[in-house]
Amino acid sequence: MITHDLVILGTGPAGMAAATTALEYGITPVVIDEQPAAGGQIYRALESTPVRDRRILGEDYWSGESLIKGLKDPQIDYRPATTVWQLTRQREIGLLHDDKAEMICARHIILATGAMERPMPIPGWTLPGVMTAGSGQILLKSAGAVPQAPVVLAGCGPLLLLLATQYLRAGVEIAAILDTTPRNRYRAALKHTPGALRNASTLLKGVGLLRELRRAGVRHIKGVSALRAEGSGQLERVLWKQQGDDNWQTLETPTLLLHQGVIPNTQITRAVDCHHEWDEQQLSWRPRLDEWLSTDIPGIAVAGDGGGIVGAKAAAMQGQLAGLGAALALDKLTLANSTERAQPIRKALARDTAIRPFLDVLYRPAKQWRLPDDDTLACRCEEVTGGEIRRMAEMGCRGPNQTKSFTRCGMGPCQGRMCGITVSELLADANQQSVEETGYYRLRPPFKPITLGQLAKAAEEG
Amino acid sequence: MFKRLSPPEATNEAVVTFHFDEQTVTARLGDTVAAALLTSGISICRSTPVSNAPRAPYCMMGVCFECLVEVDGNPNVQACQVEVRDGMHVHTQQGARRLTS
Repeated sequence: MITHDLVILGTGPAGMAAATTALEYGITPVVIDEQPAAGGQIYRALESTPVRDRRILGEDYWSGESLIKGLKDPQIDYRPATTVWQLTRQREIGLLHDDKAEMICARHIILATGAMERPMPIPGWTLPGVMTAGSGQILLKSAGAVPQAPVVLAGCGPLLLLLATQYLRAGVEIAAILDTTPRNRYRAALKHTPGALRNASTLLKGVGLLRELRRAGVRHIKGVSALRAEGSGQLERVLWKQQGDDNWQTLETPTLLLHQGVIPNTQITRAVDCHHEWDEQQLSWRPRLDEWLSTDIPGIAVAGDGGGIVGAKAAAMQGQLAGLGAALALDKLTLANSTERAQPIRKALARDTAIRPFLDVLYRPAKQWRLPDDDTLACRCEEVTGGEIRRMAEMGCRGPNQTKSFTRCGMGPCQGRMCGITVSELLADANQQSVEETGYYRLRPPFKPITLGQLAKAAEEG
Repeated sequence: MFKRLSPPEATNEAVVTFHFDEQTVTARLGDTVAAALLTSGISICRSTPVSNAPRAPYCMMGVCFECLVEVDGNPNVQACQVEVRDGMHVHTQQGARRLTS
């Protein structure tokens, strides 16, 4: 097995910045990415997007060009379209590319595996035609594809509003934005405005998006308190209730895009069993990290949204920090030198992330959007409802690994990625215990599908 | 259902042709299988092993595993993670994946 100094997983802003920073200190990293092209989800398909009118995706998207250029340095061993199916605490990594599996080893690893959208388990969310705002944006960036018929966007958070404005600029008809931000949230977020003002440019961008939507006359329904998707075999209509009104209102549409913020994708950090903690502010799990973004496992660090949601700009800064951390760990820099170089990055990072408490409070999804009712699916793969999880709690299940054994919840193809956070929160709520005490799924490799034949070949050559 | 933006907003150059069940589908070079299906009027890519419910691509980023299809005889392939190739054979995955291919 070949041992490399540094292996970075992911080519979003954190992974790309980590790679170029490491290179500055004489480390030639291997950079693994599942996607066929660099950029992560935020700068997805930047080099190949058919969307040529730069105004549609906006300048924040195109600002990823310089990071991608940096990653293309010939000294960086960049391997796109490569899946990671295994990672051990000894830093052995199982890779799969073009039907060829192999194992490599690393002295130091930076996981830059980013975020995923928080599941939004509403009745009917498994119907074809119901997707996420993130998926709508991926289709736009990578394929120049947009909803054919007037689309309904529902939920809350910056990405929902950003996608709405991108659709607007592309001439896509929006039937309505169903905004689930509770009405009292605006007041609660106000006390975090001083912090937010330290990152005024991001705050102003948000205000600008709202203004653009309002000027265009997009139907923006606020205070949505209940939502369901209906149709036979596929989505036909969306129904909702507004706070203070008991009547259901209806819109016919073949496309509903859901979104209620993003959460760290902890699939790999969980599988190697890094110590995780529940972040009550962000309502999500995150690996515990030290000042160099290292986990409690020697030689494994996490940069970017995978360690707690910070946003694209801050993710790149964390990538630089993790790159310095790698240089320190690999004896390319002394502690004094790396500390000195980290100082301006830490300062910029603190300024950029000062807006987070404001956003976390404003777009904190209310309970009814996180805890599915008794008839609604929590686990899409194995079709387990919120009610079944609650019944398991009544029968004495304290944690998700017990409900998994009894119901198969979390054992389907997605390996708990989609239901994990929901089940932890459901059980915590039903058992009147903290999410921290409730815990999370124990995850095992392979993280992604691999055939026995591919595995056998890797073993022969290993 | 999704459509392509047309010029001048977007360019749609190279085209590849592949097979989905009994249909012949054209796509843009560089499309994932999932994007190619969604822009070709195909909204369902599998049925669940539990209740046989129809499912379609959901997250488009490799997390949800809803877009599982068979590609050139290999079951359990994430359609959102694979680029279309000329002449590719893609099949709906009905229920659990087949163990022999």
